Amino acid sequence: MKQETLSPVKYRETEDKTLLSVRDLRVWFELKRWGFLHAGFVRAVDGISFDLQKGQAITIVGESGSGKTTLLRTILGLAVPTGGEIIFGGRKLDFTKDSDVTWLRWQVGFVQQDPYGALAPFMTVYRILREPLIINKVKRGEHMPRIREALEEVRLTPVEDFLNKYPHMLSGGQQQRLVVARALILRPMLIVADEPVSMLDASVRVEILELMRKIQRDYDLSVIYITHDLSSVRYFSERVFVMYAAKLVEMTEVNEVISNPLHPYTQALLHSIPDPEPENLTQIRDVPAGEPPSLVHPPPGCRFHPRCPHIMTGLCDTEEPPAFEPCPGHLVECWLYKDGGLPEKR
Amino acid sequence: MKQRANTATEMRRTPPATDGPLLRVEDLFLYFHATAGIVRAVEDVTFELQRGRSMAIVGESGCGKTSLARAILRLLPRNVHTYKGRVLLNGLDLMKLSEERFRRQIRWREISMVAQAAMNSLNPVVRVGHQVAEPLLLDHNMTKRQAFDRAAEVFRIVGIASDFLQRYPFELSGGMRQRAIIAMALITNPSLIILDEPTSALDVLTQASIMNTLKGLKKDLSLNFMLITHDIATSSELADEVLCMYAGQVVEHSKAQRFYPSPLHPYAQKLMASVPTLRVEKKPEFITGQPPSLLNPPTGCRFAARCEKRFERCEEEPPLFRVGEESVKCWLYEKG
Ligand SMILES: Nc1ncnc2c1ncn2[C@@H]1O[C@H](COP(=O)(O)OP(=O)(O)OP(=O)(O)O)[C@@H](O)[C@H]1O
Ligand SMILES: Nc1ncnc2c1ncn2[C@@H]1O[C@H](COP(=O)(O)OP(=O)(O)OP(=O)(O)O)[C@@H](O)[C@H]1O
Ligand SMILES: [Mg+2]
Ligand SMILES: [Mg+2]
Repeated sequence: MKQETLSPVKYRETEDKTLLSVRDLRVWFELKRWGFLHAGFVRAVDGISFDLQKGQAITIVGESGSGKTTLLRTILGLAVPTGGEIIFGGRKLDFTKDSDVTWLRWQVGFVQQDPYGALAPFMTVYRILREPLIINKVKRGEHMPRIREALEEVRLTPVEDFLNKYPHMLSGGQQQRLVVARALILRPMLIVADEPVSMLDASVRVEILELMRKIQRDYDLSVIYITHDLSSVRYFSERVFVMYAAKLVEMTEVNEVISNPLHPYTQALLHSIPDPEPENLTQIRDVPAGEPPSLVHPPPGCRFHPRCPHIMTGLCDTEEPPAFEPCPGHLVECWLYKDGGLPEKR
Repeated sequence: MKQRANTATEMRRTPPATDGPLLRVEDLFLYFHATAGIVRAVEDVTFELQRGRSMAIVGESGCGKTSLARAILRLLPRNVHTYKGRVLLNGLDLMKLSEERFRRQIRWREISMVAQAAMNSLNPVVRVGHQVAEPLLLDHNMTKRQAFDRAAEVFRIVGIASDFLQRYPFELSGGMRQRAIIAMALITNPSLIILDEPTSALDVLTQASIMNTLKGLKKDLSLNFMLITHDIATSSELADEVLCMYAGQVVEHSKAQRFYPSPLHPYAQKLMASVPTLRVEKKPEFITGQPPSLLNPPTGCRFAARCEKRFERCEEEPPLFRVGEESVKCWLYEKG
């Protein structure tokens, strides 16, 4: 059989410890009418740039349909960029080359949202974990030690009790731990997790997030989470990126986003999150009217302007805001911050 | 009145003369057959819901919340092993009714349900308006015209423009589809609506706006909701009281003012400690250990194995003790 260029490519240490650089990334999907007529593009990711350091965990939050999953799928090599570039471990990826895509998939582990759908029901735990090893041509002799190590890492122990179980014999939390074990088994540099806990109950959510946090620290892994649950973000990641209509509109440290949200969309987002308090019963929450915009015909100017309470007509509805940095390390794409500092009063 | 029952006011029934609770569930059991044995999904559940109040049902995945809802609505799968107890709606024993009578008079008419993940089960090739109006066309001997007028009305109530009635499900966003499903549960003007995870697939802004809508309905149409959810913070938006389940049993039934800040049962305390808060910094903690199997639950208190407060007494099953206005299934409260 032909051996692909799959020799274990070592992560090349770049000087600034940047693991992943995303530059002006665009991922558009073509819409076709009757299967062949061009009918426009869905601009699911539309000009996104960020860096991820080795050992860092970031969270992406944002409205449903804003392109979060598409961004992750591109980083996983499952979607092809329309424009821009991805540099991983110092290597600029060429998505037209199979070897680059295969290499990328090896470096990145994936934790899906829905553990029930992510695991083949007819495969035992052992086979589920062996599959990626076979696909990636890991030597036979290494299979069992690696499977054991991964199961111990996610605390599905004693390992012998679990090897021959089928997914339906595991609780939701155990299934999700198995998904994490599978993501770890190729010893990736980066784990991407698409709403890894939204299907689970409150206690199991914390358990899985703590587990991932520990593994991340122990192995100096980088992690990208997608979540709707801003309340738990601060305990499990360092930075937060807020996504709205295919763009990153705010990027900053976790505590900063909670105590000092700058973008009007982020402010609305935080405002809409309840804490578990009986007083909520008598309050109606302020929610910006309207729906997220079409990604086929996004509004001109700032994409949030049709719903924004602070709209400056003549500016926000005509010109796209660049990223401003009103506080150090806190980036926001909003015209309110055009003069550099914080606006007088909001 | 039968022929022209097409506005909310006309459709609202005069409340029955009884001034007892809206719903009373007594000693309700629901067991399933499974290959490995008998799954005791709902075990000896008793509670009351007063008129004008709404309740959240919380508890671990697999503790029997959906099964309880299905037992109330008599939506049972084929592999039922045991189904017994009493479900009284306005004093009427629902389990004694024939299936035919239950379908005509109770399901949808009096109690409707938004099922878990229902927004993904809309028929893709049927216009949304037709699907929403369906409960009326089936059993309410209404004309098509009346049914569609009513559909337009409930669409307006849940915040969707009525021209969306003509659209197909894929032309609606997730939030819109979920609103359409809620509209369908409202259309027959029931007195009780059971919502099973109605917002967990939606983002927080959409969640908040749907919760606003439900609050409005609760007030304006004096509807009663039973809200099943893992999102405990969200449940506090709607719940006057909380029913907390563990391994098929009710372990606590408390007023919201009690449950959210300081619940009584050790499991409920642990559950609340696992809920993260945005405004107060408090590291969430998880409950160690596994929930017991419902095939073979332990004989004493089912939470004992994971409970830090257990003592000898816990080897025996505790009854539901009354503590002021709340009830709690834990020996710690034997003396009130
Ligand atoms: N293969 C595809 N072809 C066409 N459009 C697509 C495709 N994949 C995604 N889209 C569209 O791209 C947009 C972004 O989708 P994506 O799944 O990335 O959003 P998301 O932020 O993950 O949303 P959610 O929170 O609901 O999961 C959506 O409008 C979606 O319909
Ligand atoms: N038709 C069925 N046959 C056999 N077992 C069932 C059936 N339906 C549910 N169960 C089992 O009964 C128990 C309770 O399930 P139920 O769906 O009521 O839980 P739940 O509290 O709604 O959980 P979740 O929060 O995950 O929705 C589970 O152990 C489940 O596996
Ligand atoms: Mg997604
Ligand atoms: Mg359920």
